[in-house]
Amino acid sequence: MNPFTTLTATAVPLRMENVDTDQIIPAKYLTAVTKEGMGKGLFSWIRYNPDGTPKPDFVTNKPEYQGAEILIAGRNFGSGSSREHAVWALTDFGFRCVITPGFADIFYNNSLKNGLLPVTLPEDTVNMLLDLVEEEPETLIYVDLKSQTVTLPDGQQHSFGIDPFRKLCLLEGVDDLGYILSKSDEINSFEARPAY
Amino acid sequence: MAKTLFEKVWDAHVVAQDDGAPAVLYIDAHLVHEVTSPQAFAELRARGLPVRRPDKTFATMDHAIPTRNVDIALWPADAATQVRTLRENCEDFGITLWDINGPIQGIVHVVGPEMGVTQPGMTIVCGDSHTSTHGAFGALAFGIGTSEVEHVLATQCLLQMKPKTMAITVDGELGKGVTAKDIILAIIAKNGAGGGAGYVFEYRGSAIRRLSMANRMTICNMSIEGGARAGMIAPDETTFEFVKGRQYAPKGEAWDRAVAYWKTLVTDEDAVFDRELFLDANQLQPMVTYGTNPGQGVPVTGRIPLPEELEDPAERRSLLAAMEYMGLKPGQAMEGQPVDIVFIGSCTNGRIEDLRAAAGIVQGKRVADNIQAIVVPGSKAVKAQAEAEGLNRIFSEAGFEWRGAGCSMCLAMNDDKAGAGKYVASTSNRNFQGRQGPGARSLLMSPIMAAAAAVNGRVVDVREML
Ligand code: SF4
Repeated sequence: MNPFTTLTATAVPLRMENVDTDQIIPAKYLTAVTKEGMGKGLFSWIRYNPDGTPKPDFVTNKPEYQGAEILIAGRNFGSGSSREHAVWALTDFGFRCVITPGFADIFYNNSLKNGLLPVTLPEDTVNMLLDLVEEEPETLIYVDLKSQTVTLPDGQQHSFGIDPFRKLCLLEGVDDLGYILSKSDEINSFEARPAY
Repeated sequence: MAKTLFEKVWDAHVVAQDDGAPAVLYIDAHLVHEVTSPQAFAELRARGLPVRRPDKTFATMDHAIPTRNVDIALWPADAATQVRTLRENCEDFGITLWDINGPIQGIVHVVGPEMGVTQPGMTIVCGDSHTSTHGAFGALAFGIGTSEVEHVLATQCLLQMKPKTMAITVDGELGKGVTAKDIILAIIAKNGAGGGAGYVFEYRGSAIRRLSMANRMTICNMSIEGGARAGMIAPDETTFEFVKGRQYAPKGEAWDRAVAYWKTLVTDEDAVFDRELFLDANQLQPMVTYGTNPGQGVPVTGRIPLPEELEDPAERRSLLAAMEYMGLKPGQAMEGQPVDIVFIGSCTNGRIEDLRAAAGIVQGKRVADNIQAIVVPGSKAVKAQAEAEGLNRIFSEAGFEWRGAGCSMCLAMNDDKAGAGKYVASTSNRNFQGRQGPGARSLLMSPIMAAAAAVNGRVVDVREML
């Protein structure tokens, strides 16, 4: 997993609530047996016309948001399916951080396992950020995982919460598997006990 | 200390817990399907790791497979590749596979309980969010991502933060024509599609206790639509009766010990939940969704809200966006809304009880003109049972297509897709934009409501047909 420490980047404002995983990546892209190239399916039903041409008014297609690495969206982001493809699509597209007032649980977990930082901020703050990047798309936002802060060019700072263990894993780019494998003795003795 | 059902099951599965770290949680049963597993097996191979407990891992194929023909030579290449990949992986790692070519196969959440793999008190995971279905047995069951699938394959464990608990008490008696599907749609309409984030639900109360296992599964299935990763119902005689005698269920003396333990899996009287929600079953009506998240639902006799009736600006925005996609108007009555397609199936409502109920409505009637109606049994066993009871004939004579088992139009990964702009009366669980095909418009409802919509060509109050 790629570590996440700090990020200075522009952001895409996706002013939508309940962006579910079917919208992030529709099922037709789930037929792959590898993780690569998922970015092309990102938001595809709202990003492309039926003939496959990009919709000029969809936010990720606008020239002013090219190269953005932060996605800002409404509440209950990533609801729906457990498909990790949704996270792979976002990271493959180039996002490294998503800021919303709230995430669906499985999406949140999946993000952490792929070095995509999910930042939860109060709804008012997220709305303010949406306004800001809609008005000034070139705004550089600074995200610092160590201090758990999002900083705006005018110095405004917003703190976010994250579980300390998950934070450490992200900062160091280590995944769960090594940690679980280190508990092999405990797993062995657990398995030796009768269930009831 | 007094504990909730969830806490009892959780505590019984904590293998290790370091300060400040999530728990290492042992997993009793791991269900696998073709779509979310290939990358996990690939990582396992890359790391040179075996599957720790192939005996606790069960695979089937359901999402990508066609429901019309079983000849893999005629399948779309990508679905065929996923199925072949699953076969190879199961063979190489020694995992039981319920293959589409064999006698046992179907939607993973229908087959698991059918085989007796799903049992009270277990921890059950699958790379699929509707794993919550198995909570109907008093198991802690939840969906996981592909990275976690790999972790469970390799270690039979997961790193998990302990969720919070929410009690949802449904007391009273359901009226005629009001079903388990209406209970869960009403809960989600009340609590919001994101309202359960961070929680495990426990459904309790007199209305829940009276439900069959099939109906309990319908409710737990849609816990995820309410934002919760898992939903649980305490096991009781109904549960034991269902599990008994199934292939993987304990037998003989082990059965007695199991039941004695399972009987302890109830929330202690003075246990405390983090939140509580109450619903009066007497007040419930058949429900229909009008929007693009499962929380956007109303009683069939109701109407779509007006924006000014919603206090929250985000809800208003959601409503307007949904109306644009759905081609519906705020304030519009749901009764009488025309439909184009009727889909009866999915892990929410693809069990034999669901098909029986729907068949009861269509018997002796015809699907309305210009309506495409399909019935997709949840598993081969459901299909066989339905055929033994003659339900397939009832459906066929009424003009329904009778299909093979799978997810089908629930997620439109195969060729069972609703066309753009079409209204689908669907017994599945998700009305997301494009879920049932690009541009398709889903109206979620119970099997009897969907059957009634099929014969009337529009949304009707099924109670008038009973
Ligand atoms: S029937 Fe639908 S919800 Fe259920 S497992 Fe299949 S795709 Fe998922």
